[in-house]
Amino acid sequence: MFAVETFDLTKDYDVGFFRQRMKRALERVNLRVATGEIFGLLGPNGAGKTTTLKILLRLVFPTAGTARILGRELDDIAMHARVGYLPENPYFYDHLTAEEFLNYAGELFGLRSSERRRRAGRLLERLGVAEARDIPLRKFSKGMLQRVGIAQALINDPQLVFLDEPMSGLDPLGRREVRDLILELKGEGKTVFFSTHILSDAEMLCDQVAILDRGRLQGCGKLREILALGVALTEMVLENPSPELLKELSAHARSLVRTGERVRLEVPQEADVAKLLALAIRHGAKIVSLNPVKMSLEDYFMAQTGATGDAAAGQEAASLSGTKLRQQ
Amino acid sequence: MTSGGAVYREINVGRVCGLLLLMCFLALVPLEQGIDQALQAQSRSVETLYIPSGNILRRLSLGHEGLLADIYWTRVVQYFGRKRLDRATQFKLLGPLLRITTDLDPQLVIAYRFGAVFLAEKAPGGAGQPQEALQLLRRGIVANPDYWRLWQDLGFIYYWDLKDYASAARVFQTGAKRPGAGVWMKALAATVAARGGEIQTSRLLWSEIYRQAEGDSIRKSALDHLLALQAQEEMEQLDRLLLQYWQRKGYPAHSFRELVAAGFLAALPRDPSGAPYRVLTDGRARLAPSSKVDLRLLH
Amino acid sequence: MRRIASIALHTFKESVRERVLYNLIVFALLLIGTAILFGSISVGIERIILVNLGLSSISVFGLLMAIFIGIGLVSKEIERQSISSILSKPVRRAEFILGKYLGLLLTLVINTAIMTVGLYAALFYQKRTLAAADLVVLQAVYFIILQFALVIGLALLFSCISTPVLSAVFTFCVYVIGNFLADIRWFGQETGSALIEKGTTVLSYLLPNFSNFNAITQVAHGQGVPGYVLLSNSLYALLYVGILISAAILIFEKREFR
Repeated sequence: MFAVETFDLTKDYDVGFFRQRMKRALERVNLRVATGEIFGLLGPNGAGKTTTLKILLRLVFPTAGTARILGRELDDIAMHARVGYLPENPYFYDHLTAEEFLNYAGELFGLRSSERRRRAGRLLERLGVAEARDIPLRKFSKGMLQRVGIAQALINDPQLVFLDEPMSGLDPLGRREVRDLILELKGEGKTVFFSTHILSDAEMLCDQVAILDRGRLQGCGKLREILALGVALTEMVLENPSPELLKELSAHARSLVRTGERVRLEVPQEADVAKLLALAIRHGAKIVSLNPVKMSLEDYFMAQTGATGDAAAGQEAASLSGTKLRQQ
Repeated sequence: MTSGGAVYREINVGRVCGLLLLMCFLALVPLEQGIDQALQAQSRSVETLYIPSGNILRRLSLGHEGLLADIYWTRVVQYFGRKRLDRATQFKLLGPLLRITTDLDPQLVIAYRFGAVFLAEKAPGGAGQPQEALQLLRRGIVANPDYWRLWQDLGFIYYWDLKDYASAARVFQTGAKRPGAGVWMKALAATVAARGGEIQTSRLLWSEIYRQAEGDSIRKSALDHLLALQAQEEMEQLDRLLLQYWQRKGYPAHSFRELVAAGFLAALPRDPSGAPYRVLTDGRARLAPSSKVDLRLLH
Repeated sequence: MRRIASIALHTFKESVRERVLYNLIVFALLLIGTAILFGSISVGIERIILVNLGLSSISVFGLLMAIFIGIGLVSKEIERQSISSILSKPVRRAEFILGKYLGLLLTLVINTAIMTVGLYAALFYQKRTLAAADLVVLQAVYFIILQFALVIGLALLFSCISTPVLSAVFTFCVYVIGNFLADIRWFGQETGSALIEKGTTVLSYLLPNFSNFNAITQVAHGQGVPGYVLLSNSLYALLYVGILISAAILIFEKREFR
């Protein structure tokens, strides 16, 4: 069973002073999130991650396409009882204390007051803001607000948790705590769907990722498949190569960066490595290092979105690196 | 050098601002006084109401016409008081102000009663506009049909200011029929019909006004009228005594001491305000200059 | 239902913490206190002045409160994005609107009650006694509260559509025009043009009629409001508030929160 499914989800906005232009925020996005997995929605700012989340939570209505959450249609409000949501840049109610706010959130879920108190207390502890329970939210730092936000997302012990940029505003220690928390949630059998533009977090946590760029799904797949793709390229560093050597190398190497006496090359094709190595030795160049580089999520990401922002180039780069991925 | 210069500048700015504040205030006070005086002088000569229509005001008041009426009522009192203080002879705005007040709140009975006394009364006691006062009262009666005292006030204007005893009696009769009317209204009607201009009748009416007065100014006015009437009556009696003395003695008296000595009076007569009566050269009684009784009220 | 109550109570608490509220209440109470002095200047109408000033203050200040807080009811939540954490929970949008409305209404009822107690205290102080006749003041207070119910509804509706400033302007304009509906109708008749007359008649029935709820002046003279007027006004308010809230819900259902 899937926790989240979207079918050709499309969202257009009317922009301009007279709402005369149309901006396509999402185009035919199809996602499948399995129950119990940690799913990462990645993409640069403005890609449409928040829009996707808001459509799933019925804060925004899709122009076309549908989606299902926990097997229910989007307009099934009762389904929200089993879902938790942390909004991006959370702002809550200035005048309430952390405890009062969690209590209010619990009330909206229909929890009994004793239950509310118990859960609120536990969550505040778990997220490390228990000492600030009686302080009004307006006095909270961004990081503390983030934690309270996560707490209110969990107050109803949801099966599915949506987190929009959960790491934002947190220091490294805080991020580690949230990462641990997400893993704990998975351990409890919950499904976690979070969006982020910080790839290292996704790399550490996600079972599956999807990459969104300018409203389009650029790639989607199991993380271990993406990362287990073997050697993406080989890095070769030479010292003082001769100009003739460089000209020969540049035909087969992808990037050539000169820093002082050293030149760093990236050789995309594994087959070429031996050939270029022999070439370098023949020209008498000094070989400083030779390193195979595994593909990281960043590479994958850059390949999908394209460093110059050109999706076509991104496609080409992806095919060059020989990755087998589910494309849209 | 620069840090010292910054500090120096800081102190300077604070002091300068403080000084400027103080000086401006000191200049403001006499300026404001001057403006007040200029405006007051102007407002004395120009007596206008900026919104002459009470009905328009009523519309604009969004449901607060009662409060607005009360505010205008205080304006009436203030206006009248100030005019009296200035010993004015004209009360041009009194009628319009009363009109606006009663337009705003037709049930503000005291406005009608005030108008009955002071709008009708001749200068310098009042505006000297008995017809306007009649109109005001008639509107008051229409708006407050159960308030029978307004009939009394209406009749009073006919009696006192217009000397129309027949109409006065008629009005008192009508008023006597209203539910809750005082029992004396019938008697009043009869008295007025029979003995219109007599002092006794007038004293009766003014006594009723005094008794029912719903405001200090009305009460004082009634009292002043009563004193004047009393003095008038007493002076008529004194004149009769002086005449008797003249006939008896063959020459007029020059002071009341002579009458006391001759046994016509028990003691030196004093008017209701306590000042002694004098004798005129033509042999008639008159009030002392120090008397507080105002006979002009009895025109 | 519980959720509506929850949102209502939350809105009430939030309104209560608005410092402006306290200033207005204190100011109003002061005014009522001043009325006692005011009345003694002109003897004979002390009670009239006190009741007029007291009720007018309660009405005006309550109106300011209703508009000032009402315009931010929904727009503030949207602007600050706190709404996303509410609507992502099992809360229907209609429940949200209802809860907000009832919360503010509760706030105003309680504030009015406080100010009314102050007024009665002033009345007591004036005459050293309270007669049964003084109870009619409550009728005017009830009408004032009905007016608040309408104004809050208007502010809420506009709050769903536009910015706080515009909402305030619109709400205030509708309130003012709502006091002149009879004049608008008369004006339409006077112009002689059938089209304008039709238009003004439609307008006059479309807009809320606030002038029916003005009972301050008669209550100041100790006159009560007839029973059928009390009833029909209550019904009118109920129906019109129903219209306003339904419209607000309709708009809110379609609203997106980017």
